Amino acid sequence: MAADPIHQFQIKNITTLGEIGGVEIAFTNSAAFMLAAVVFTAGGLVLATAGRAMVPGRVQSVAEIIYEFVADMVRQSAGEAGMRFFPLVFTLFSFILVLNMFGMIPGLFTVTSHIVVTAVLALVVFFTVIIYGFYKNGLKFFRLFVPSGIPIYILPLIVFIEVLSFLSRPISHSVRLFANMLAGHITLKVFAGFIVMLSGFGIAGWVGALLPLALTVALTALEFLVAFLQAYVFAILTCIYLNDALHPGH
Amino acid sequence: MAADRPPEDRRARDADDDAALQARLRQLGQQLDAIAPKPKPGDSDASSGQPPGPSNLARALRLSSEFVAGILLGGFIGWLVDQFTGWSPWGLIVFLLLGFVAGTLNALRSAGLVARPGQD
Repeated sequence: MAADPIHQFQIKNITTLGEIGGVEIAFTNSAAFMLAAVVFTAGGLVLATAGRAMVPGRVQSVAEIIYEFVADMVRQSAGEAGMRFFPLVFTLFSFILVLNMFGMIPGLFTVTSHIVVTAVLALVVFFTVIIYGFYKNGLKFFRLFVPSGIPIYILPLIVFIEVLSFLSRPISHSVRLFANMLAGHITLKVFAGFIVMLSGFGIAGWVGALLPLALTVALTALEFLVAFLQAYVFAILTCIYLNDALHPGH
Repeated sequence: MAADRPPEDRRARDADDDAALQARLRQLGQQLDAIAPKPKPGDSDASSGQPPGPSNLARALRLSSEFVAGILLGGFIGWLVDQFTGWSPWGLIVFLLLGFVAGTLNALRSAGLVARPGQD
């Protein structure tokens, strides 16, 4: 059914690549869009910076603005030492931003509306923080869980709550992106569906359909904002978490 | 009596009151600034010094999910504890409450109201 709001999130196999341990490994529409996003981002940036003009042209300016934006974000949140993670943050930001924007083109698939994708991205950040935190700070990394100035008799409880808070990071990190994209696209589809349904009721329906039409236009603008903001939030949280790995309690 | 005074006099007295009020407000503001925790460079999401950009709306979008994530995790750990120890339902109750606390801590921290551990 065309008006089914969930239909747009279906995963479809394009080709089956093979089988590993009885599990089918397929090239799906989701994988195709991820590949397209990587090609678009990498190819676009290579082409934009190919000229290396002293006075940047239009496309080169865009590339430089994106670089400056992410570099400022990393420096502000994680300090100069955080710049070693710039490639990771820039990759995450551009990948999610392009995937979100692809999703805003009618008829295209929204990869970030699947929690399995966002959860893997969040877990990459989570394990990067843990591994680099122990590699750089050794056991001092555990000071992340011990706030200073706490009386000794409630310290175990506080430490346990801090650990819970730390473990809940990948959950909120992934659920936020996935839920916002999923809910936004469903809302858009439902309101657009109202227009079609109402316009089936004759003249009164046509007049009534103006309200959901206006709402759909407004929601589309909002969704573009959310698509950018979610990529931004994901990247800035990555910076904040990496900051903990760099300086756990100084 | 106040009603007998010429209008200029009354206007002057109003201006005096205004000036006194302004001075008191300024003093209160300074006292509050002295008490309230300063945003530290580390938790940049508490960004009072940052230029007005997408960061304020971004912070607003974060709050609810930080809270929910703590509760979900607490509930999940509690459920696991119940499964493996047979303390049902105490594991779920205790860990759900602890998750609630962690979620509140997460939300307050992302609002910049609680310092990160070790940063003071």
